[in-house]
Amino acid sequence: MFDWRWDFVIEIMPRLLWATLNTLMAAGIGYGIALVLGLVFALAQRTPYRALTLIVRELVELIRSTPLVLQIFFVFFVGPQFGIRLSPWTSGMIAIGLHYAAYLSEVYRGGLEAVPKGQWEACRALNLSARRTYFGIIIPQALPASLPGMGNYLVGIFKDTPMLSVIGVAELMHTANALGSETYRFLEPYTLVGVIFLMISLPTAAGLRSFEAWVRQSLGMTK
Amino acid sequence: MSYTEFLAEHGSRLVSGAVVTAQQTVLAAILAVAIAVVMGLMRLSGNGAVRGTAVCYIEFFRGTSLLVQLYWIFFVLPLFGITLEKFTAGFVAVGMNLGAYGAEVVRGAIQSVPRGQYEAALALNMSPLTRMRRIIFPQAILIMLPPWGNLLIELLKATALVALISVSDLMFEAKQINGSTFLSIEAFGSALIIYYVMARLFISPSMRWFERVMARKMGRA
Amino acid sequence: MTGHTHPTSLGADGPMVRFSKVTKRYGPLTVLDSLDLDVGANEMVSIIGPSGSGKTTVLRMLMTLEEIDEGVIYVDGQPLTHMERGGTLVKANAAHLRRQRTNIGMVFQHFNLFPHMTALQNCMEAPVQVLGLGKDEAEARSVELLDMVGLADKKDQHPSRLSGGQQQRVAIARALAMRPKVMLLDEVTSALDPEVIGEVLNVIRRLNSEHSLTMLMVTHQMGFAKEISDRVCFFYAGRIAEQGPPEQIFGNAQNERTKQFLSAVLSAG
Repeated sequence: MFDWRWDFVIEIMPRLLWATLNTLMAAGIGYGIALVLGLVFALAQRTPYRALTLIVRELVELIRSTPLVLQIFFVFFVGPQFGIRLSPWTSGMIAIGLHYAAYLSEVYRGGLEAVPKGQWEACRALNLSARRTYFGIIIPQALPASLPGMGNYLVGIFKDTPMLSVIGVAELMHTANALGSETYRFLEPYTLVGVIFLMISLPTAAGLRSFEAWVRQSLGMTK
Repeated sequence: MSYTEFLAEHGSRLVSGAVVTAQQTVLAAILAVAIAVVMGLMRLSGNGAVRGTAVCYIEFFRGTSLLVQLYWIFFVLPLFGITLEKFTAGFVAVGMNLGAYGAEVVRGAIQSVPRGQYEAALALNMSPLTRMRRIIFPQAILIMLPPWGNLLIELLKATALVALISVSDLMFEAKQINGSTFLSIEAFGSALIIYYVMARLFISPSMRWFERVMARKMGRA
Repeated sequence: MTGHTHPTSLGADGPMVRFSKVTKRYGPLTVLDSLDLDVGANEMVSIIGPSGSGKTTVLRMLMTLEEIDEGVIYVDGQPLTHMERGGTLVKANAAHLRRQRTNIGMVFQHFNLFPHMTALQNCMEAPVQVLGLGKDEAEARSVELLDMVGLADKKDQHPSRLSGGQQQRVAIARALAMRPKVMLLDEVTSALDPEVIGEVLNVIRRLNSEHSLTMLMVTHQMGFAKEISDRVCFFYAGRIAEQGPPEQIFGNAQNERTKQFLSAVLSAG
């Protein structure tokens, strides 16, 4: 029954650590895509072109209301139907990037809404360029409100990487499954995967909270 | 084959999968709400041990991946003598995971009840239990409904993972149909639409209706 | 409690409320500074002073909403903030506080009515849940009190449907339903529109004349304080700078600070 073998742990650790690196990379790249694409989604909903706003809005709603794992399958299997052969890694990144871009776009929108209308009006009155308005005035104020959400989704992406295992990406979950199938020992692989996740996500979450406080302070907006 | 032909041939499988998804969602939701209320209240306890237990539960289930938890419950627990059959393992894992997020929602809502309500209840010499039961929690319920609406949609989406332990839900059926017909767009696309309908045309309106009912009960209509 | 030994109870003809060398700090800030204050039974004491002088803290500590740092508070001869253990006083535990709290009621600046209950339910709640009264008895008592404050016809309304003045009157009825010996009124008209202040002051007048209650009132309504009080305390920097009958404080203040405060307040009104 409870039959933990430390020698087995030592045996499988190298593979798990390698997979951890893979996981972190996947999370990092996915998050990077989501950060940029999310901003695109958010800004696209603020243009005066009704059609664009509506389409992007519905797309964001669709992505947010449906399971990530299903979206991963969709991207992986649908690509070939159009003649595009996507590797598991690429389709995984696209799916995760899109999924979290949708979430982040809502966070960005919330942050932008939180900036008082008067700020926009002051920028107009001072005749500031759109670029200066956004980057000098609005975004620094939108940032503190957005950071908690952005931080949560960073941790969230990291925890969602196991879903990539279903299309064969060699991240932590996939490696644990493989180890389990090869050796018929599931206890150590799955437990270690859980531990590794905890060891990464908990300090990250704590670090993010400190980071948020630091940003708020350095922008002179202590609560 | 056209889409209508596809639906005629495979629609029933998608529907039966959707039914299983709905069952998983409801059962997991009941479990999640129960856990959330208990853990949320424990999180606010003055007793260090009680509070610590809640913190550990919440941080553990929020800090690790649902898929990992699901596999652990289904594959590893049997080694400890607890064997759950896959349907049960599915909604238990989802319920326990989302219950942890729910606990934070419950906690946040209780802490959002205005401080004056605590003080008035204290001035009237209510015991802490009476105060929570009669004054604070009823007001917290109304506050926590919008975030719970979002959480329930996340719960619906999370149930898709039970397909990976071969529970015949919507996700599973879509995969099966794709595996046999290679009509990926139709299979996965239909599944996407059904999930969307369940989330936006069932869960969201239901929560909004529930919010209106509670607001009226609380004299806030 | 350095130095001074506090008695474990006051004699039969002691004051209804006694603050004995009470100190309260918030971090580096001393809000009450070794305060001594006696209030006799059925006395109506008004507390006035600039913000930050500690006036509200006096009430909040009496209502056990704040903890005491030094000194002892007595209510009806018994220690409130402390309890007797083997002949000396130790900090009160929760059970002791609950027993002593039954003597004290409070009305808040922001009413703090329970929004999910009607006016009647607000008044009935504590008598039923805390005193164990039967529903009928609690209802009868509450209806009588709501009638006394002039809101019998609003008993089935939720607070959201009532004006500020009406809500505050319900709050007074709610506090009275517990039959306290001491009533604390914490700036009860400060959050009200001018036109409804009068109705609340009328209720307080009735309370003062028709009920045997000891009342402590923190207020900025100087005219009302002058009219209704037995004694007025002027607080400054955590201490009582001057106290005495209203004629003295408002007409012939001895202390420089009192005079400054009053002239500033009265010229602004």
